[in-house]
Amino acid sequence: MQEPPDAAAPAPRRPAPTAIELFLGFATIAGLGFGGVLAWSRRIIVQRRGWLSAEAFNEQLALCQLLPGGNILNFAVMYGCRCAGILGSLAAVLGLIGPPVILMIIAGMLYRRFGDLPVLHGVFAALAAAAAGLLIATSAQMIGATIKDRVRPGHLIAAATFVAAGVLRLPLLWVMVAIAPVSVALAWWERR
Amino acid sequence: MDDSRVYLGLIATFAMCSVIAVGGANSTVPEMHRAAVDVYGWISDLKFSELFAIAQAAPGPNVVFVALLGEYIAGVPGALIAITAMCLPSCTIAYCAARLIDRFEHARWRIVIQAGLVPLTIGLIASSALIVTRAADRNLAAVLITAASFALCYWTRVSPLVALALAAGLGLMGVV
Repeated sequence: MQEPPDAAAPAPRRPAPTAIELFLGFATIAGLGFGGVLAWSRRIIVQRRGWLSAEAFNEQLALCQLLPGGNILNFAVMYGCRCAGILGSLAAVLGLIGPPVILMIIAGMLYRRFGDLPVLHGVFAALAAAAAGLLIATSAQMIGATIKDRVRPGHLIAAATFVAAGVLRLPLLWVMVAIAPVSVALAWWERR
Repeated sequence: MDDSRVYLGLIATFAMCSVIAVGGANSTVPEMHRAAVDVYGWISDLKFSELFAIAQAAPGPNVVFVALLGEYIAGVPGALIAITAMCLPSCTIAYCAARLIDRFEHARWRIVIQAGLVPLTIGLIASSALIVTRAADRNLAAVLITAASFALCYWTRVSPLVALALAAGLGLMGVV
């Protein structure tokens, strides 16, 4: 089977995948998805398997980003439902989280058993420090993407959220209830 | 029984995180940390950040971090309870959305709500970064590793796994 070179030349549309194909497809995404699954979902769903066009993928993803929960998890539920109903949703979700959850359970057992060995303690401490740097880079990139020319109300919302949840460590529910309506109202006002 | 109290705590924590996670699972790391470390005292600050790092280094969606956390707190049942509590509510909402609404990607209300949630997501991811960094950076070597990892991930296009692998190598040599 030939793989199309890029998103501009997507694979030809094929019939909707069955539950088994959904399970295998999302399990592949999970297994390859080191450092985030978004890039791999696009690659497999649009390019390799040709289940969706690049535009349709973006449209569905936009909706998934609006709903609560993991974006690709929501994508698996919604796309699975469209292809094969509730069975399709279940198959896609189990494929996406089943194998990584088994891996996490094994990792947790090993960590509890060996995590306090001095040599491994150094490894985990260094890994934690590196993962922190990775998360700082992610937030810096997200901030950079929103600051174009001037400070907008959204920046104050982001700063207020950071102080409330990160510095003061207030419960997330309070933070959401207090800040989300204001933020959405400001977004509406900016787009009048 | 003590176990069932822990299970109920896991369900309450993660089911709540599930329905208020905006822009992906990592935005609820501050809340998971608050519940697991400060409220219930299930795990230490440092262990939390170490488990987070292990989950980042493993393949799969970010949300499976809760399975690792659940396993550490309450074994295999804890892992299964945590991941189910974290996925079931949001997946149910997504399923209903898929059934109810077909195409509304251009709907104005969707665009406005989504635009309004972006700054919240950014603030929450930055909070996650602050919490994990505070816990992980206990000495100068760790601070330098964080800085180097940030530089590698921010200014270059190499995979974040390179930063994690290099850090693991340094840790093995006993630098931290």
